[in-house]
Amino acid sequence: MDAFVLSRIQFAANITFHILFPSITIGLGWLLLYFKFRFQRSGDEKWMELYFLFTKIFALSFSLGVVSGVTMSFQFGTNWPGYMNTVGNIAGPLLAYEVLTAFFLEASMLGVMLFGFRRVKPWVHNLATLLVAVGTTLSAFWILALNSWMHTPSGFEMIDGVAHATSWREIVFNPSMPYRFAHVMLASGLTVAFLGAGLLAYRQLRGDRGAASRAGLRSCLWLAAILAPLQLVVGDLHGTNTRDYQPQKLAAMEGLWESGEGVPFTLFALPDEEARENRFEIGVPRLGSLIITRDPNGYVQGLNEFAGEHPPVAPVFWSFRIMVGTGMLMIFAGLYGAWLIARKREMPRRFLQLLYAMTFAGWVATVAGWYVTEIGRQPWLVQGVLKAKDAVADIAPADVGVTLIAYLASYAFLLAAYVAAVFYLARNAKRVGDVDRKPNPL
Amino acid sequence: MNVLMQEGAWLPFAFAFLIGLSMLLYAVLDGYDLGVGLLSRFVQRPLRDRMVGSIGPFWDANETWLVLGVGLLLVAFPAAHGVVLGELYIPVALMLIGLIFRGVSFDFRKKVAPEKQEQWDFSFFFGSLVVALSQGYMVGRFVVGFQPGLVSELFSVCFGFLVVAGYALMGSAWLILKTEGALQRFAVRWARRAIWAMVAGALLSSAAAPFVDTRIYDRMFAFPEATLLIAMPLVSMLLTVIMHFLLGALPMPGDRLAAMPFTLSVSIFVLGFVGLVYSFYPYIVPGRLLIVEAAAAPESLMVILVGTLVVFPFLIGYTVFAYRVFRGKATDLSYD
Repeated sequence: MDAFVLSRIQFAANITFHILFPSITIGLGWLLLYFKFRFQRSGDEKWMELYFLFTKIFALSFSLGVVSGVTMSFQFGTNWPGYMNTVGNIAGPLLAYEVLTAFFLEASMLGVMLFGFRRVKPWVHNLATLLVAVGTTLSAFWILALNSWMHTPSGFEMIDGVAHATSWREIVFNPSMPYRFAHVMLASGLTVAFLGAGLLAYRQLRGDRGAASRAGLRSCLWLAAILAPLQLVVGDLHGTNTRDYQPQKLAAMEGLWESGEGVPFTLFALPDEEARENRFEIGVPRLGSLIITRDPNGYVQGLNEFAGEHPPVAPVFWSFRIMVGTGMLMIFAGLYGAWLIARKREMPRRFLQLLYAMTFAGWVATVAGWYVTEIGRQPWLVQGVLKAKDAVADIAPADVGVTLIAYLASYAFLLAAYVAAVFYLARNAKRVGDVDRKPNPL
Repeated sequence: MNVLMQEGAWLPFAFAFLIGLSMLLYAVLDGYDLGVGLLSRFVQRPLRDRMVGSIGPFWDANETWLVLGVGLLLVAFPAAHGVVLGELYIPVALMLIGLIFRGVSFDFRKKVAPEKQEQWDFSFFFGSLVVALSQGYMVGRFVVGFQPGLVSELFSVCFGFLVVAGYALMGSAWLILKTEGALQRFAVRWARRAIWAMVAGALLSSAAAPFVDTRIYDRMFAFPEATLLIAMPLVSMLLTVIMHFLLGALPMPGDRLAAMPFTLSVSIFVLGFVGLVYSFYPYIVPGRLLIVEAAAAPESLMVILVGTLVVFPFLIGYTVFAYRVFRGKATDLSYD
């Protein structure tokens, strides 16, 4: 394998590992704030019990997110120098603003939020918690502005092969940015809703019938019931944006080879890129056109219009189905859970087991979604501006191979350790009576 | 001077200064917490918990200075970033894996089942060691302009040990400031060892320096700047001697002068850093790439500079706030 393929696998591994943790911390920061808010309104200790359990998970996720993010910031330079050489004038300021406005804010306030509970006044601690949540969200804002720009670049001109900014407003709020930002924020909220629901269901399956785990489970299920259907709508709107700006990606998502009117929606198929056709295709007639164009007879562009310039079909096609399938399961679980709560019914054991199995469902959907959008942009690194193969560093394949193995081994180990630690924390979370808490300083 | 008067021509220098400042802040701030990590192997829990407690609220923000420094290098001098990180591909990867394991150990060491905690303590120590060694090695490679050859490699390895000793010194000085009792006495003992290890490392690298890179020596003997460059090692040596005698007298009753070793060790570190930077200025990559040659487009640099200047006071604000909240002697960290 050459350095290009190895560097790609390395970056994909790195970004896949990294996204797992921000997808938890972005949403969890706000959920923690909600728990504190409920505690302050009601004075009920069960909210603090939830707060302390999820703060530990937040801290662990945050540190994994930080260290894998540091690794990424270096890999831009070590493996993809062509990226900064070509679009550095756009990417540079966006990355710099992320570090300046978000990283320092969250990193400084995190210490106060985690360990300052006994050291500062309650409102200061609330403020620190709020600022950490704001910091994680701001960080997502800047990085998604940059990522979206790579899909739908605007507000720049090319001079001697280098991008120069002409309008920062158009760069930051580029055509796909609002959709992508909303989609990723909701994804993070859902990841956290199911992480929380899964861990609390796990506690209940182990016999914890305490007020905290019941209240927390209710909160998480309500959150899922609201966000999951909303995500379907936002995801659909994001799809129409892709139709307008990256039709080749949409064609790969749908596994549609020939352009046409009234195209079907393919439920199952094995896309065969050699023969340029689908095998074992099962589809619903005209549904594809209806979803994409809002008209059962609408015209949709197929992959053959982009021969040689479209992404590999099978990974995009399958990632899309995994994402949507997981999303549908989330909608079901969220709505069913909300229905049980509204009817004041006990949670059936089967349902708790389902939630437990779905603890990391958000990760599955998030990663699959990223594969759809990122693989779907190939062969471009920046759509229409820079191809991935033109950005890669000239490093000895052996060097990339060695570091790739080291990263993969580290990530696999850390992922296993993280999942084990999260369940360990959930199992051993302190109950209200266990902690002899001193009063806050006033 | 005329060159600097041209529109935007001063920008690369402003950025070179900001990058230098970020790297210096990184080396001092993460330096002390990496140093604490290095020393953590030589005590047992619960003293080790107290050590980790003294840096727990700060390490994350400290590490962000590295992201800022490398990020600014990436955006302001993409060509230099490519050369430096390309040359240092393997040690950078080693450092990153070290940073990963050390960073996550802060959390894992207290959040896993008791029988696994010791392994994460080891990962905390070993990660810190790998980070310190690889950072020192990289600075060494950078200073010699990535010259190949055994001597320049040896020089870089010596530099690795110098940085380990320097971080250990700042780490133990931090512990003298932030702890008391047995742990403080332990820190005083280790500070005395670290300071002489640092002197040995500095002498070894200085002895190797003339064989690999003549710029440092050219500079030293080029009057009138030479007075400044010779004064710096002299002041550092003086501070080292003061530090040695001070450590002999610590800890004092009433914890007097407990902040002094940290101040002194940071001063020595800063002097060394400034001397090093001075030795290769105005190059951004020694012997290869000048600051003016490597800069990005002025309009983008301006956007970043304005942002930096607006945000900087806030940055200092949060840092001061966080250090104020956790002022005084460290306690064991607890969420509740």
